Formats: sequence, C-alpha cells, structure tokens
Amino acid sequence: MSKPLKQIHLAAHFPGVNNTTVWSDPEAGSHIEFSSFAHFAKTAERAKFDFLFLAEGLRLREQGGKIYDLDVVGRPDTFTILAALAAVTEHLGLTGTINSTFNEPYEVARQFASLDHLSGGRSAWNVVTSWDAFTGENFRRGGFLPQQERYSRAKEFLATTQELFDSWQGDEILADQASGVFLRDAKAGSFVHTGQHFDIHGQFNVPRSPQGRPVIFQAGDSDEGREFAASSADAIFSRYATLKEGQAFYTDVKNRLAKYGRRQDQLLILPAASFALADTDAEAEELARTVRRQQVSGATALKHLEFVWNRDLSRYDPEGPLPDIDPDVSDNHISKGRAQVRMYRDPLATAREWRELAEANKWSIRDLVINTGNRQNFIGSPETIARTINEYVQADASDGFILVPHITPTGLDTFADKVVPLLQEQGVFRTDYEGPTLRHHLGLAHPDEARGEQRAAS
Amino acid sequence: MSPSSLHLAVALDGTGWHPASWREPVARPRELFTAGYWADLVVEAEHGQLDFVTIEDGLGPQSSHFLDPDERTDQVRGRLDAVLIASRIAPLTRHIGLVPTAVVTHTEPFHLSKAIATLDYVSTGRAGVRVQITARPNEAAHFGRRTIPAIEAYDSPRTQDLVTDLLDEAADWVEAVRRLWDSWEDDAEIRDAATGRFIDRDKLHYIDFEGRHFSVKGPSITPRPPQGQPLVTALGHQTVPYRLIARQADVGYITPHDTDQARAIVTEIRDEQSAAGREGEPLHIFGDLVVFLDEDPAAAAARRDRLDTLAGEPFTSDARVFTGTPAQLADLLVEFQATGLTGFRLRPAVLGHDLPAITRGLVPELQRRNAFRTAYEADTLRGLLGLARPANRYAAASA
Repeated sequence: MSKPLKQIHLAAHFPGVNNTTVWSDPEAGSHIEFSSFAHFAKTAERAKFDFLFLAEGLRLREQGGKIYDLDVVGRPDTFTILAALAAVTEHLGLTGTINSTFNEPYEVARQFASLDHLSGGRSAWNVVTSWDAFTGENFRRGGFLPQQERYSRAKEFLATTQELFDSWQGDEILADQASGVFLRDAKAGSFVHTGQHFDIHGQFNVPRSPQGRPVIFQAGDSDEGREFAASSADAIFSRYATLKEGQAFYTDVKNRLAKYGRRQDQLLILPAASFALADTDAEAEELARTVRRQQVSGATALKHLEFVWNRDLSRYDPEGPLPDIDPDVSDNHISKGRAQVRMYRDPLATAREWRELAEANKWSIRDLVINTGNRQNFIGSPETIARTINEYVQADASDGFILVPHITPTGLDTFADKVVPLLQEQGVFRTDYEGPTLRHHLGLAHPDEARGEQRAAS
Repeated sequence: MSPSSLHLAVALDGTGWHPASWREPVARPRELFTAGYWADLVVEAEHGQLDFVTIEDGLGPQSSHFLDPDERTDQVRGRLDAVLIASRIAPLTRHIGLVPTAVVTHTEPFHLSKAIATLDYVSTGRAGVRVQITARPNEAAHFGRRTIPAIEAYDSPRTQDLVTDLLDEAADWVEAVRRLWDSWEDDAEIRDAATGRFIDRDKLHYIDFEGRHFSVKGPSITPRPPQGQPLVTALGHQTVPYRLIARQADVGYITPHDTDQARAIVTEIRDEQSAAGREGEPLHIFGDLVVFLDEDPAAAAARRDRLDTLAGEPFTSDARVFTGTPAQLADLLVEFQATGLTGFRLRPAVLGHDLPAITRGLVPELQRRNAFRTAYEADTLRGLLGLARPANRYAAASA
C-alpha cells in the first residue's frame, strides 16, 4: 500500500531586510506602512496559508563602520504589528521572531500570551538567539552573553516562559457575579524559577491563552540549534529548500526526536523558499534572471564580496574581475549585525574557489555574486511550481514551505491565485481552515492534550 | 475646536475603577481577555468623539495594597499587555487616540520606542504612551535583575529616595525613547535606484544615550513615526513626578480634589515648565476624576453605595470621586477648567455603565456649553490636542 499523501503547510514571510527583497521595482511598496502588512496578511489568508512570518533585527546592519544602505532598511515592532494584523484577519497564524538574549522571560511571556488572547489562539514565536555586543549596545545589559552560552540561555529562557504559560491552568477565572468570586485560586499564576540564567519568582498576570502556549519555532542551523529544536520546538524555519539538502536536514532533525520522547509529526520542517512565478516555464526563467539582477546591483555585489574579503572593496569595478588580493582573516569583521557572514568559515578557500569560477566562466564580480548567490528555489509556471512543491513534501524534503516573495506587499498575490488552487485540486492543501487556532492549522496538539497523552503513555 | 473647548480622555482598566465593578450586570467580566471586549469600549469612546483612551497595565497582579500583592479572589486579577490591546484596536477605529501604559522600570526603552512608533504607524498617527514606574518589590522579582527594597510608609524619606530614583530612570527612559523616535529623519528613505541606496544614511542618527541605568546607541530600527513624536503622558501626585511632566510630557494627569488644589498644582507645573525652558511649548494638564454618572443624582449615589456594599468597604481613590448627573459633571469640569486645566481624564467607576454615560450624556452637555468638539477636527492625536508635528532634533542640528 502506498503511503498516504502528506498535507502541505504553507506560510508567507513578509519581505525582509535583505537583498532578496527588491525595493527598486516600480511595484514595490512601503515596508513600514500598516497597509502593506494588511495586504500581505489578507492575501495569505485568502490562500488559506497556515501563518504569516516576521523576522526581526535589533540593530541596523553596518559595513565598514557605516549603516548598510543598499537593502531595505527599517522595520516595525514585531509584537505590535502582529496584534494589529489579528484585527484584519480571522484565521491566519501570526509568527514573530523574538530574541531571547535581549528580552526577559516575564515580559515576553506576557506579550505572547496577550497576543494569543487577542488573536483567538493564533500566535507563534520563532525563538532566536544572539550574543553580539554590537546589538547589545541598544539594550540595558549590553553585550553580556558569551557566544557559547547563547543556546543555554535560549533553552532556559524558553523553559522559563513555558513555566509562566503553565502557571495558569485555564479554569481559574470564575467571575461569578452572584457569589463575588472572581478567581478560584488566589495563587493563580504563581511561579518560582531558579536557574543559571534566571532567578525569578512571583505571579504571572496573564491567564492561560487559547493555545495554552504559543507555537514554538526555531531557526538555528548548528548542531546545538538542531538539538534545541528537537527537544523544544514545534516547527523549524530552515534554510534547506532543495530536494537533497532538504531531505538530509529533514532526516537528521527528525531522527533526533526519539531521544526526547517525541514523535516525527510533533516537529514540522518548514524551509524558507523564494520563487519566480510566470505563465510559462520559459517566462519564469527570464523573470528569475531579471529579479536576480535587481537583487544584486553592482554596489550590492561589491558589498557581498566584502563579506568574504573582509576589506573595503569600494575601489573595484563590479563589472570587472575579482580582487587579486586575499581576504583579511582577522576576527574583527567588516560586517556587523548580519548572521550570513558566518557561512564563510574559510574565507581564503572561498576566495580561491570564486576566482577560479569567475575565470572559468568569464564572470565579473557582479556575475559571480548573482550566480553563486541564492537563486530562486522555485522557478516556473504555476503547474511546475505546484508539482515541485508537492514532490518535495511527499519526498520528505520538508513538511511545507515558508514562501519569501521579493516584492512588498503584492509578491504573494499571483502565487495565491495560481499555485494554491492547483495544490488544492491535488488534494494536498486545505480548501478552508478547519479550526480557529494555529495549532489546528499545523496539526499540533494543544499542550494540555499533549500532557494527557504523555501521562497516558507513562 | 473653539477656544473654550476642553479635552476629554477616558482611562480604561478592567471592568472599571470600582473594585466591585465586575459584579454589575453590564460588566462582561468573562470577556476581559478577548479583543472584542476592548474593541467595544474604544468604539464607544470614539462614538463620543473623545480625544483618547488610556489603557492601564502592570508587571504583576493587581492589588488593593499599595506595594504588595493581596491574594484577593473577589476582584479582577490578570490583564493583557496594554500596547498590544491598543494595537489590536487601532485598525478598528479611525480618529480616537490610543495611549497604552508602559511600565518603564524593568523594560527596554529600545523595545518600547519601536512598539509605540509602530502603534503610531498602525493607527496612522494616533499613538501615545503613558509612562509609569513601579516600586513594587514583587514585580522586581519577576525580572530578577535588581532588588527593590520593601518600603514601609508612603511618605518616609526612604520611600521618597526610591521614588525619586525610579522617576530619574523614567526621565532617562523618556529621553532615550524621544531620541529614538527622531533617530530617522522624515526623508531618510530615498529609494535611489541610480546609486542603489535605499536610505540616505546621513539622515539616520546614533542617539548615544548614556544614563545611570542604561545606555542606548541607536538608531531605532523603526523609521520616524507619522506624528514625529507620539504623545508622552504621565500621572503625578507630587513634586518629583510634576517635574517629569513639566520637563518631558505632552500631557500630565493630576488629581486635585478642589479648584484651589488644581490652581496650585497647575502653577507648580507651569513654573517647572518655565524653569526647564519649555514655556513656549504646549503642555496639557488634565484633571483625573473617578465618575459615577446617572441621570438622577440619587441613582448615582445609590449605585455607588451598592458597589461599596459588594466590595465590603467604601471606595477611595487618589483622584476626586464624582457622583452625580452628566449635567452636574459638565458644570464641574467647566469650573475646574478655569483653574488652568486644559482637559480631563475620566475614570469610569463601571465601564459598561459610566463610559456610555460619558459619551452619550456628558459629551452632549459639554457641547451645549460650547465646551467640547462636535466632530473630530484632525487626523492625528497631536492634531486633536492642538500640538504641532515637532521638528526633528537631529535635522535641526545638521541644518
């Protein structure tokens, strides 16, 4: 008997503060005005997507000691936008990236529990960590956290917020006007947490929210990040959207679940995926090339090369050959506030490889950056993209995708209108929401049910 | 608005300011943690063309004690984050200002500055913030970052030292937040395709704030909000907070119990304002009043008595408590206005009853006296309060 078809999960990443987002296109709108967020969210909900995803950055990026000015710069506050989006949508999940380093558990727990109440159970938290003193300069504690402790803090931060969410059971508020009993239990919300990073106690002041706790996302890719996800997350925002890499990541992470007593369906793998969609495959290929050139201007190409060379390359011609000098391998990096630079672990080797590639293909600096950088994950007609997405999901390269359009706020419209109906026809994507909460959309049990299951099993 | 007009805000807290308010049939206490409850209240306030609503908040359970938890089960306990309530309501309203409370004692000015800026974007120019300190040791323990000593008496010298220290921190907090709001010039986003530059980075500014409790480098991650500077408001009962109001706020709330007190406090704040070199700048001083409103004064008094009986003790407040008809309240507000108050923040004893009494009873009475607007005359909260959009401090410095 063949395996039953997996249902695909789809989400929409609001175009971000990076060069995937094409701001120079005449169609590109505001990245700040609420009308852009509302349009984007309503499109995602019209298409019955699982959720909308917001990234976060707590310090404007710098390169060579100056604020980086070539990408979209600036974004609103995550919680505040998600709360407002709850007013203009009814079902769409609302996922926010919130840093565990430059926040405190009591406050973050209040904000997520409040968002969950105000959205009727649609909140999710992408837990990220950072340690850099650069970002810390905007916060009370500065750069207080050694890099090797960031996951230990993140884990304890998440565990502490879970204790706060669980400090209310959900049946404490009686609000009996006749008898005058508002609270069943004067100790509702009581908590004590004593740990390496947090030593706090008292009473949490937000009653249990519809989902019990927000859905937890994790995005880190290191071994520690994967363990963190396997132990504590409901979903992973991954970066492996190709078939082979996706399958490898999927297998690796899902195999880690058993040791935490968790089933394979209790952790969803959702890679970020960009796309170039047109009426025909040929037109889509052409669109993909055009968009790549929009994403990588000459100025952007030079700045990108600086991530590897770690030197000021502004005197080079982006349409000319690669620099013949070698990268500066000192610790003090030219780029600040960007996770991407850590991908190049051996800059000398990368530089050598790129020079060889450029010579072999007669590529300029800009050609090289366009061709070695991230090409769109899905390129093609609606039929091609729908078929590919379904193949990848059925082949366990993922459980679905978090789509990253390159145009704000209309970049999702055509996907919603053309690709989603094809997936629905194939019976692999919902035609309507089946429940009110994000846990329903993702097929995740309510924490109370999950606890019940564990008790029954033990 | 005519020059004789006064401004009106309503303070939203739970089911109302009387601790037994939740037991009234109109109170909807089981809906306190839903968006619909708050939406209905703010839509009602907007129906009355009020200037703004404030939303109370706190970093711990409500308590009938000044500084400690009380473990009572007969009053409303638990609340949602006020900034998020305001943001959830913003798309459902068009004119009314939204002023959530932010507790500044344990929180990050960087986070709150972008949250209020974002509220200003979401509401297209109707955001403000009411800054509040907390001296509660139990709330400090929720953060575990510092110990706040338990203090015995409200007026002891130790208490005064602590409150002064917390208010100094609040002053730093407001300064950092205001700088962050200005850290992008209005025209910083250029989208210059020719040079590939999205922003003109010379129009972004480090704020380099350094205070005793925190430092903030900047710039904000959020561009300058629509109003430039969203409204900053604070409640004060004594000289130290009056100074914060005089130096840094757009609206101060005070609690005079009679017109003589009102006159004295207004004078004190205006003197501080002059001393701070702000005499030319508009600063609103609102009187806070708790209100029990009924068409028959005896009914209002009886309702108050009934609630006091349910609560098991007579209601007391830092603010003057008014019990009577909307017409009597209108007369009182006009009388208080003559002391130099420019508006009032009314705290409805029972929101489900006294808020509609304000919007449908008091407002028409004031309009009849030519003392309140008959239509919203501006698109922003600053506009409603007659406050110009301020110049950017950094643009002025570089010009």
